[in-house]
Amino acid sequence: MSGIMVKNITKKFGDFIAVNNVSFDVKEGELAALLGPSGSGKSTLLRIIAGLENPDMGQIFLTGKDVTPLRTQKRNVGFVFQHYALFKHMTVEKNIAFGLEIQKKDKKEIKQKVEELIDLVKLNGYNKHYPSQLSGGQRQRVALARALATEPKVLLLDEPFGSLDAKVRKNLAQWIRDLHNRVNVTSVFVTHDQNEAIEISDKIIVINRGKVEQIGNATDVYEHPKSKFVASFVGNVNVINANIKKNHIVITGTKEKIQFKEKTEINFQNIVLLIRPEDIIVKDNSTEDTVPCIINGIYYRGSFYEVDLKVGTNNVKSLVPKEDFFKFEWRKGTKVYIRFRKFKIFEASEGHKKVHEMLKQLGYIE
Amino acid sequence: MNSSLKRFVKGNLTLRGIALFYIGLLIILPVIAITTEAFKGGIPNLWKQITLPQALFSLKFTFIIALIMLVINIITGTATAWVLVRYDFPLKKTINALIDIPFAIPTVVTGMMLVVLCGPRSLIGEFFGKHGIEIIYNKPGIILALIFVTFPFVVRSVQPVLIEMERDMEEAAQTLGASKFKVFFHIVLPTILPSILTGAALSFSRALGEFGSIVIVAGNIPMKTQVASVYIYGEIESANIQSGLGTAVVLLLSSFIVLIFLNFIQRWSNKYGK
Repeated sequence: MSGIMVKNITKKFGDFIAVNNVSFDVKEGELAALLGPSGSGKSTLLRIIAGLENPDMGQIFLTGKDVTPLRTQKRNVGFVFQHYALFKHMTVEKNIAFGLEIQKKDKKEIKQKVEELIDLVKLNGYNKHYPSQLSGGQRQRVALARALATEPKVLLLDEPFGSLDAKVRKNLAQWIRDLHNRVNVTSVFVTHDQNEAIEISDKIIVINRGKVEQIGNATDVYEHPKSKFVASFVGNVNVINANIKKNHIVITGTKEKIQFKEKTEINFQNIVLLIRPEDIIVKDNSTEDTVPCIINGIYYRGSFYEVDLKVGTNNVKSLVPKEDFFKFEWRKGTKVYIRFRKFKIFEASEGHKKVHEMLKQLGYIE
Repeated sequence: MNSSLKRFVKGNLTLRGIALFYIGLLIILPVIAITTEAFKGGIPNLWKQITLPQALFSLKFTFIIALIMLVINIITGTATAWVLVRYDFPLKKTINALIDIPFAIPTVVTGMMLVVLCGPRSLIGEFFGKHGIEIIYNKPGIILALIFVTFPFVVRSVQPVLIEMERDMEEAAQTLGASKFKVFFHIVLPTILPSILTGAALSFSRALGEFGSIVIVAGNIPMKTQVASVYIYGEIESANIQSGLGTAVVLLLSSFIVLIFLNFIQRWSNKYGK
């Protein structure tokens, strides 16, 4: 198989296990995201693929070849560093030409290739500029052009948009996606931003504490999270305490029974429901499967309203379309009813606190 | 009246006046004094003093010895800084502190230490003496003394740049196919070159004027092992100030050139910015 194959990779730093028996593969031409919180081991994994770190165990295959014993300079991977790592003492064109000059390519050929790449990353006219004279986005593009100059089969990007401001970031992400489609390359990029991962990748590999939590495309990971971690890390999510009584769910602090049609057998009583804000439907009147709650706060978010609700003893966030808002004249303190379009059930005792802590860190809950 | 002069007049005159007066008194006045004294007899006369066989030899000798020292210091100083920044080993902090010792020790003591260590009657001196190499009272001794005295310059100017240098630049070069050797020559060396040159320039100008350690280890035989500073001292001792002046002016001029060179390096390395 061409592309990238990571097989049973383990890496320890002293007693700390940074990467714990991780395996996955990225098919030729795919753009994959390594998604995880900081300290999850995703950057270490990327560096192991590039040969910048040696794994304690496991193998790396690039385009079908076992490259584990090879040094970085023999692997021919393009690597884009988080802080660009441009050669400060070289101009833009010298930076881009570096890999080709190391390969002792013909001068004419190098010149032509550099021009091509400068055109590709839209930096025409900046040939003689030094990195210090460029903006963040421009530097990032030089780093990309430099990494692509030697025509690597594999392109690795470490938090490629991490140090850019929001607007540049969004444009550049889309641009990288387009670029990936144009250049014949297999790419992996590391990110802690689920939106980036969902937006531009063919495949998302969710990493937590050095382990793979889930591998799948954006829809899989967002709609069918395999673990509480994935559900809460990928996208915003409400965590609601509840109990199972017979064949229905009762949210802590309420009396209403919610039917659930999940096929999986649940043999525990205390549960947490993970529900995405857009899956909470706010209504004016009570119907089947609705739970009463009080509006705690309303925030204008442009195309929709973000509504904080108090359900029993739980605080939840919901996204409400503008029309509903104007129709019902909701304000703080109004009593409304909510229904869940869908939710995931996880056992409460198993690491509930951890999920909470993490959500707090990420700023989803207070 | 131009604007800077206007600002000068408008501002607090006293403090600036004192500062300017002090700098003038301390630095500019002596320089003017020696220059006017040297040129008093006219340029041909000054030239005659400089080209006196003994004076000319001492100048040439000083520059050659300093250049040899410079080559050795650039290599060992850069290597020392590299090892101190990039490797971990026991007693690293202590060794790092030891680097500054040559600055702290009086240079006369440095000279004595070398005589005790390598003099003709020491173990080392005896060993080399058997093989026909005289260390003390000859060129190796002078070079040794200069290396010792100026050693911290290169180390201390390269060290901070190496510490600050981001490793990812080197890693980037590696991913682009560069071997460790090529990474050093294409990436590391250009980055630290300005600081190497700064350290080198400082140690060179220091070496030109070194007196205390050399007067002890050199033997000071005219036309053989006499450096410029010792020559000047000798002329003054024998109440021959005029003939020492020519040599002094050349040393002074060399220091100015080094200063200009340092300024140039500063601008050049600022070009890349952060």
